[in-house]
Amino acid sequence: MTATKEPPALTGDISSPPIAPRHRRSSFPVVDLWKSSVGKKWIMGITGIMLMGFVLFHMIGNLKMYLGESHFNEYAEFLRQLLVPIVPATGVLWILRVGLLAAFVLHITCAYQLTRMNRKARPVKYQSPRDYVAVNWAARTMRWSGIIIGLFLLWHLATITWGWANPEFVNGEPYQTITASLHNPIVGGLYILANLALGLHLFHGSWSLFQTLGSLSPRFNPRHNPLRKGFAAGFAIVVAGANITFPIAAMTGVIG
Amino acid sequence: MSNVILDSKIPEGPLQDRWDNHKFNMKLVNPANKRKFTVLVVGTGLAGAAAAATLAELGYQVKCFTFHDSPRRAHSIAAQGGINAAKNYKNDGDSVYRLFYDTIKGGDFRARESNVYRLAQVSVNIIDQCVAQGVPFAREYGGLLDNRSFGGAQVSRTFYARGQTGQQLLLGAYQALMQQVSLGRVELHTKTELLDVVKKDGVAVGIVTRNVATGEVRSWSGHATLLCTGGYGNAFYLSTNAMNSNVTAAWRAHKKGALFANACYTQIHPTCIPASDESQSKLTLMSESLRNDGRIWVPKNFDDNRPPDQIPEEDRDYYLERKYPSFGNLAPRDIASRAAKVVVDEGRGVGPLKNGVYLDFSESISRLGETTVFERYGNLFDMYERITDENPMKVPMRIYPASHYTMGGLWVDYNLMTTVPGLYALGEANFSDHGANRLGASALMQGLADGYFVAPYTVGDYLAGLLGQSVVPTTDPVFVEAETAVNEASRRWLSIGGTKSPEHYHRELGKLVWEYCGMARDRNGLEKALSEIPALREEFEKNVRVLGSAEGVNQSLEKVGRVADFFELGELMCRDALMREESCGGHFRVEHQTDDGEAQRNDEEFSFVGAWEWNGEGTAQTLHKEALVFENVKPSQRSYK
Amino acid sequence: MQLTLKVWRQDNPNDPGRFETYQATDVKDEMSFLEMLDAVNENLIEAGREPIVFDSDCREGICGTCGLMINGQAHGPQKGTTTCQLHMRKFHDGETVTIEPWRAAAFPVVKDLMVDRSAFDAIIQSGGFISADTGAPRDANEILVPKPAADTAMDAAACIGCGACVAACPNGAGQLFTSAKLAHLNLLPQGQAERFKRTEDMVETMELFFGSCTNYGECQEACPKEIPIDFIAMMNRDYLKSKLANRRLSGQKH
Repeated sequence: MTATKEPPALTGDISSPPIAPRHRRSSFPVVDLWKSSVGKKWIMGITGIMLMGFVLFHMIGNLKMYLGESHFNEYAEFLRQLLVPIVPATGVLWILRVGLLAAFVLHITCAYQLTRMNRKARPVKYQSPRDYVAVNWAARTMRWSGIIIGLFLLWHLATITWGWANPEFVNGEPYQTITASLHNPIVGGLYILANLALGLHLFHGSWSLFQTLGSLSPRFNPRHNPLRKGFAAGFAIVVAGANITFPIAAMTGVIG
Repeated sequence: MSNVILDSKIPEGPLQDRWDNHKFNMKLVNPANKRKFTVLVVGTGLAGAAAAATLAELGYQVKCFTFHDSPRRAHSIAAQGGINAAKNYKNDGDSVYRLFYDTIKGGDFRARESNVYRLAQVSVNIIDQCVAQGVPFAREYGGLLDNRSFGGAQVSRTFYARGQTGQQLLLGAYQALMQQVSLGRVELHTKTELLDVVKKDGVAVGIVTRNVATGEVRSWSGHATLLCTGGYGNAFYLSTNAMNSNVTAAWRAHKKGALFANACYTQIHPTCIPASDESQSKLTLMSESLRNDGRIWVPKNFDDNRPPDQIPEEDRDYYLERKYPSFGNLAPRDIASRAAKVVVDEGRGVGPLKNGVYLDFSESISRLGETTVFERYGNLFDMYERITDENPMKVPMRIYPASHYTMGGLWVDYNLMTTVPGLYALGEANFSDHGANRLGASALMQGLADGYFVAPYTVGDYLAGLLGQSVVPTTDPVFVEAETAVNEASRRWLSIGGTKSPEHYHRELGKLVWEYCGMARDRNGLEKALSEIPALREEFEKNVRVLGSAEGVNQSLEKVGRVADFFELGELMCRDALMREESCGGHFRVEHQTDDGEAQRNDEEFSFVGAWEWNGEGTAQTLHKEALVFENVKPSQRSYK
Repeated sequence: MQLTLKVWRQDNPNDPGRFETYQATDVKDEMSFLEMLDAVNENLIEAGREPIVFDSDCREGICGTCGLMINGQAHGPQKGTTTCQLHMRKFHDGETVTIEPWRAAAFPVVKDLMVDRSAFDAIIQSGGFISADTGAPRDANEILVPKPAADTAMDAAACIGCGACVAACPNGAGQLFTSAKLAHLNLLPQGQAERFKRTEDMVETMELFFGSCTNYGECQEACPKEIPIDFIAMMNRDYLKSKLANRRLSGQKH
């Protein structure tokens, strides 16, 4: 059911031939959802909420940096020991990691496929200088802010979690690893840049999900819509804003 | 001269029972046999879409044609006000009989009693049907349907969906039609324009069309053909009709033997925005409901060039209130229109071209407050402001009458069949229900009544007699000849190579028709028109310029054929107006008026339908008369004083 | 007023097309945009050149036939206004105006500025109706419709099917059109029985032709009837419901 893949003929002898999409339907509705753009948007919305939860708790955890090294390392250890002894050490962390990985993969796959679909649906561009009227910059750059965040994430994992590309990396000593890395102004600058991209992405994404998940429908109280927009702005500012303070604090010597 | 006999086939019996008896007496087609019949429906406005959907639901094979790119675009969509139905939801004394009576009287006693009574009867079913389809009519807080009074009616019987009733009703019919398309019971051909009606042995057997996107000319055959192709108001060039509204389908049927009736009954709507300059392509109607709260006036003095707010009360002439104290600004359409023409002709018109009258809301604003007035008319005010750049909350609106609806059309009998067997006309395309003047909110009612509730029965009655006959193949010589003629006409237009566009000639023709056959007509003018129109047509046929080819899209080629038909129709309108030596409804002959300038009917001599028979190019049509019999209401002088 | 027009000309669907430049002289404030084009066309005909093909019919903003991309904005600069209701007082002397057809894969160009919008009919055909054969339905007042529901349904039903939403959408998405028809029918009690089947059918037909929604909101800005994207949210919700539960047995539940 990809857009414009095999559009039924529109002209010819009978101008409007009967169309029967039901014959293309799968017996598993979830397959239909995956095939349809509306379903894919739902997947993006739900995985988006999961990722929002992740960036929020990641930010809150990182605030421990301001409490000092021992607090921060204890927190890291706590995550590894979550629900021990019901599950073995780092067990919950792995479950969360697998969940996050799945969310990322789905989010990105859907974004990629939807973009391809949209390109096909609008193959010819307007040649007059096109005036966007409603859309803001954050929404138009979702694709680019997403790519920046994705690349940053890989680099972030490589330097802080796995330590492949980081001379400062000390296994089991996250506080030291981070603060030492962030002292470098280039590294710190990249963090700030990535978090600005994250802020933009979150601003459009966290408003947009209300629309995608249908809670801006006229069946809900439309008077709450300003609250939803406010939430999106607040969430983006809090998460990205707090994250940006870390490299600044490290570079100015407040922490580390 | 042929031996046409106008048999209106009105059933026997008391008025109230005629339609029911007739339905019982009609022959039925067995459900298994219905699919053996093909019905061609031309036009997808209210009447066409409703008829096509209903016939398909019944099981007939329907082929449906529209020259629009979608069946949702017909000009029925532009009706603003509402649709009448004798529901009596408001408990204000409405009834089927009252709606019947109002319609007969409003039509100035020039309509058939039986048809009008049937219309009033089925009006009730229309509302039920439309609500079931999901038409979002206005509601009260309790969830019941809301009504308003409209067009001077003294009961509230008008159902409405904001200012977009026509749109919502058309979308309802369109959706029903599209459902039948999806079920494979209707073959829908968009961008396909009818160019000829084909007859064999005196019976309609099919049509010839041109695809306006590809240029392909081809034939279609069917057991019956329904023309639901609207009215001919664009004969005036400037009208409130859509740009593409035309008379071609009805006219080509006329030329194939269908009689054309009451061509001179045209309705001029009083509240339209006056033309601003020569280049204007059409006029815009402002809903009649504005007259509920607006007062109409012009300056008392000639050449009063003061802005309206500086003209004091004593220098204003509220002419409708002065002439018609009891109805005042709510006088019926024909009366309000003529009164406006009188003051503008006197030279007391307003606006830069002195071609309008004021419709003033300042009194209502001070009485009801800005908010209430804006709530009632805000969307109309916005529309007015978009077009004129003036805000009616501050400056009085300028309005002037414009051609709006045509009561005349193809002559049909009680079954809606024209004088050609197998050829039907529905909706505005026929002449049947409105007499000489149509009441507000009745056009939607008639279109849907014909489409949903009348034609599906009467067409079945006709088809029952054709059981076992297959359609005439489109390879038959009658079709081949018609196709050749259509192609030949295109070739001829393309080869003239004159200097002026078809649009130019349409505009010139419109000026003549409006001048001599508009709101007021007289013998001299009509005779003049009857000599000037043929002269203009001769020039048109020599000097029109149509570029391009007959392949693919060619809007000039589409237009030129329509203009040619308007030329012939314009002549017939004048001939009909000249014949009718009386004034009635939308037809006002200056020679026939009462002492105080009102229309004077002549029931002794003119209580008939004037149906004209085509006698070939260059020959005047022959008049046939169908006498109108009034058994239930007694014709009286309309008075709105 | 004098204008320079850059107009897209394309002889047939397969022609690559090109811009041509025309001078519109003697343009008056009171003219509508289409009347200005009419005047240009008449001059073209008199000069022996083929007139510009564009669609229009009612010229009062309700039939949805007209629609041009004017300087990159669907239906031009005035909000809530169709091309036919746009007047030349919105332009100034000497301006260059670029006029293009709607651009979307679902709307192939037929000629010049005329496009084929049959994809919209295909969507309506797949479920944009309430099945109610002509006959003897219940009395109209037996179906109670709360006034707010009737009013919101009417907001959605105001759609004129012009295609400006698709034209303005960088993704060529038909969601505003589809969701407006769905909201009209799904908000009314009469539409409940077929509600989820209708939603499935219309959404899936829409996706045969159109792109996806990225919540830009360009469509609601371009819409001459100012239909809000809230209806798209409603469609998203109904579509998920139609897939995840056997709602067909209980159409009445929201």
